[in-house]
Amino acid sequence: MSVQTVPAAAPAVRRIAAQASFEARAILRNGEQLLVTIVLPVLVLVGLVRTSFVDLDTQGYTRIDFVTPGVLALAVMSTAFTSQAIATAFDRRNGVLRLLATTPLGRTGLLAGKVLGVLAVEVVQVIVIAGTALALGWRPELGALPAVVGAGLLGTAAFTALALLLAGTLRAEGVLAVANLVLVLLTVGGGVLLPAAQLAGPLAHVAVLLPSGALGEAMRGALLHGSVPAFSVVILLGWTAALGAGAARLFRWH
Amino acid sequence: MRKEGEPQFGPIATHLTRPVHTRDTYCADAPRTAAYDCSVPLSDAPAIDPAQAVTASAATTSPADAAADREVAVEVRGLVKRYDGRAVVDGLDLVARPGAVTAVLGPNGAGKTTTIECCEGLRSPDGGTVRVLGRDPVADARALRPRVGVMLQDGGLPTGVRALELLRHVAAMYAAPRSVDELAERLGLHGFARTTVRRLSGGQRQRVALAAAVVGRPDVVFLDEPSAGMDPQSRRAVWDLVRELRADGVAIVLTTHLMDEAADLADHVHIVDHGRLIASGSVRELTDGDTGPGTVRIEATPGLDLTGLLTTLGPNPSWAAAEPEPGVYTVTGPVDAAALADVTAWLADRGVLARSVTTGRRTLEDVFLDLTGRNLR
Repeated sequence: MSVQTVPAAAPAVRRIAAQASFEARAILRNGEQLLVTIVLPVLVLVGLVRTSFVDLDTQGYTRIDFVTPGVLALAVMSTAFTSQAIATAFDRRNGVLRLLATTPLGRTGLLAGKVLGVLAVEVVQVIVIAGTALALGWRPELGALPAVVGAGLLGTAAFTALALLLAGTLRAEGVLAVANLVLVLLTVGGGVLLPAAQLAGPLAHVAVLLPSGALGEAMRGALLHGSVPAFSVVILLGWTAALGAGAARLFRWH
Repeated sequence: MRKEGEPQFGPIATHLTRPVHTRDTYCADAPRTAAYDCSVPLSDAPAIDPAQAVTASAATTSPADAAADREVAVEVRGLVKRYDGRAVVDGLDLVARPGAVTAVLGPNGAGKTTTIECCEGLRSPDGGTVRVLGRDPVADARALRPRVGVMLQDGGLPTGVRALELLRHVAAMYAAPRSVDELAERLGLHGFARTTVRRLSGGQRQRVALAAAVVGRPDVVFLDEPSAGMDPQSRRAVWDLVRELRADGVAIVLTTHLMDEAADLADHVHIVDHGRLIASGSVRELTDGDTGPGTVRIEATPGLDLTGLLTTLGPNPSWAAAEPEPGVYTVTGPVDAAALADVTAWLADRGVLARSVTTGRRTLEDVFLDLTGRNLR
């Protein structure tokens, strides 16, 4: 046998970037995923701004200014949670996670690629939603951008952890059902689109403690008041830690 | 015509391994293996050499380790893996060498895939040791991943991407991958390069998965049922690629249900059942040296009258001749050189030119069925 050089891996940055791009393309090319990540938030935005089916207490803001932050929070949820949970669950069932874990990408690279892929899809979402909102008369403060990015990152962390916890423990079909149902429930009663305080009865107290309510408050804080409330930051960090620990412990690759 | 690697006649003893921890009840448990002597000592086994085993697992970075690297690419000793308390792999031994194809045969549920997954670092053993290129597949996963290629039984391919897009993606994980175009050419992937994996046939998916397993120029390749669902052309392309890898010094471990695949490709065969190694050796070693009657198999024109043949072969009552399918004759009995000459003389007397005359005691499939039983489970 001749002396051979030992096969080597590509640099970690290149591996993870390749995986992130791969994941983002897979989501943006999938019809159902596009529906939940792009079409749904845009429909909600246009519906809430242009119709009066839902009676909104806009707290003195214009309808578009009041609604857009919540729609951005919804977009983060749809990608970081619903879309990611479903994609990961089916990848897990089909052995994709195991196969990629045997390549130099490895499990941590795969995870990093998934998170970056989610962020890449979110960039596309923000461009589409913000573009639509601007066309509808939205005039945000540019100075709010860092706070919006911060809120988005915190929300992405918490909801990606929840997505992985579900995807790594339930059957793929179960994840499909649960991820969609939870998205609907949180959208309606989770304090995303409307401030938790405007929800009926005990929901008002519960929703502020949910990651959805915290993310909604964070986005509204960033865009309406120029800063993210500390309480929302604490809630989102707490959920991220708890869900992340759960996913790390319970995630099954097989 | 005799194909390369086909079982041949020869007085080579069958090397049966008896796993170290086999309980005494094993023979009693498996009466169908009565043809084999369960007391054959371990030292007869060519595959499991304790001296090399020690070298391979002794150190991780020493020069001795590098030497062991060259001799033993994969070494599994006493592997135990339980699911819900039930041992699926129960003290299994396995060795694979560089530049060789090692086939792992066994009925469904024998523990083949679990064993392979332990070698790939996808499962942690509950007992025993696994070393790939001298390293622990779980603890040293980072070092091993670039050097180990994997083709999973269920494919593991994402379904929403196009075939070649996927292959390019996997190639991007390696510093110096094979040319994707060249590999696609070799395995005939260009015909469906832009088709999504979801719409590929089973055989096409298998070819993409194989390409993904070898695109990183691995030193060790694990192929779990590589030719399942493939048409004969695809299978041939896969076998050619496997032979090329072997010539390049790659250690190839494959599981298969296809006995002709193992017989054609494998330098070494491990037969596994109930989570244990029950036989090990080259195809020749496994199919020869049995105490049963010998066989001459003839392919010729159908409908020959066989009564004269038995007269030619002499008075020994154990001779038997039959035509199990039209044009295929089997002559069983104490086959030796003189008997073979008698058979061909008998054909010559009738002016019959046989398309093939092969001698051999049993096929690999016969051995496999004798060892693992003929009944469905």
